[in-house]
Amino acid sequence: MTYSHLGQNLKMITFLSAIGQSVIANLTKTGRGTLFLKQTLSCTFSVLCHPRLIIKQLFSVGVLTILIVTISGLFVGMVLGLQGYYILSDFGAEETLGVMIAASLVRELGPVVSALLFAGRAGSSLTAEIGLMKATEQLSGMEMMAVDPIQRIICPRFLAGCLSMPLLAAIFSMVGILGGQLVGVTLLGVDEGAFWSQMQSSIDFYDDILNGVIKSLVFGFVVTWISLFEGYDAIPTSEGVSRATTRTVVYSSFAILGMDFILTALMFGDI
Amino acid sequence: MYNPKSLDTLVGLFVIIGIGALFFIGMKVSNLASYSNNDGYTITARFENSGGLKVRSPVSVAGVRIGRVTAIDFDNENYESVVQMQIEPQYNTLPDDSSASIFTAGLLGEQYIGLQTGASDEFLTHNSEIEITQSAIVLEEIIGQFLFSEKEN
Repeated sequence: MTYSHLGQNLKMITFLSAIGQSVIANLTKTGRGTLFLKQTLSCTFSVLCHPRLIIKQLFSVGVLTILIVTISGLFVGMVLGLQGYYILSDFGAEETLGVMIAASLVRELGPVVSALLFAGRAGSSLTAEIGLMKATEQLSGMEMMAVDPIQRIICPRFLAGCLSMPLLAAIFSMVGILGGQLVGVTLLGVDEGAFWSQMQSSIDFYDDILNGVIKSLVFGFVVTWISLFEGYDAIPTSEGVSRATTRTVVYSSFAILGMDFILTALMFGDI
Repeated sequence: MYNPKSLDTLVGLFVIIGIGALFFIGMKVSNLASYSNNDGYTITARFENSGGLKVRSPVSVAGVRIGRVTAIDFDNENYESVVQMQIEPQYNTLPDDSSASIFTAGLLGEQYIGLQTGASDEFLTHNSEIEITQSAIVLEEIIGQFLFSEKEN
């Protein structure tokens, strides 16, 4: 009897210490992430003086993501056109199809879906690249040569990510609206003039479009931060890098969807 | 690996396409193109009930939009709605005995202010007020009245 008592106590203590360990691990990780962000931001100015570094990263982060963003945008817009048409034609309001497509793309789908694609396409490759650099000790090699890896490697990628995300979201929205027009106007026969004019009278530049751009800026910031930090913080083994890549995609997606709710409530709700 | 020259070109293309997309969204999709510059003159009108009128609702004469509503306030003393509208500067020959009414575009469409021109030789100027107004038609009130009169009969 005393033995089983002892066993239960031990189980309890291991359980508690497991909780404590994971809390402490998460807190220290958050702290490391914040310090990492601070270091990265403090390098911004000196990196801006070497635009060549940023251009190279803009290519691998931005240009290579255009294709997936464009194709997804086209299909999302076309699906919106189809679905919207069938719902709106029940009420005899097909002309508002343009408003529906443009509002949902510019406010929500453009920033959110392109950020999710960005996390999958660019974020994961950033994590893998930096994780592998760490695993093959390139980062510590740079430190040996008195080159700051944060300034040389991390910060240009960070700036490129923040810069390309709004542009990608804008491309997504534009292609989506054109795809919606293709389906709604060309295929289903909504009046073209009404499609565009209703859109123009209902979509406000400051309320809808600027808020969408702010959203995509925030998402770009968060996704790039998460993916760079996960790579920088990865356990330097092949398994560690693969785990870090998975975490990047999972955490980025959570962050995008959660922040999207908060930002929407702040921008469009009366909170 | 790409050579630096074509890399620059592709990045430049990316940035230009992105900014072009933003420009497209701004001009073609939103109302940025129809934002009038702030010159023009302001007139006010008092309504018993301004219904579903909103800031930036159109003001039109003879079906042509000549301005926008810029503010809707409540007058604490007369319990009226004070609507301020900005008229574009080229339409400066509206007679000062014009009347304003609030109409609805279609059965469920947005509400707008329609001005009926009067016959006076004096024109509306900055800060002048339209005296003759007609309130918005609130659909619920009409239905309520209709049901009430049905009951009495």
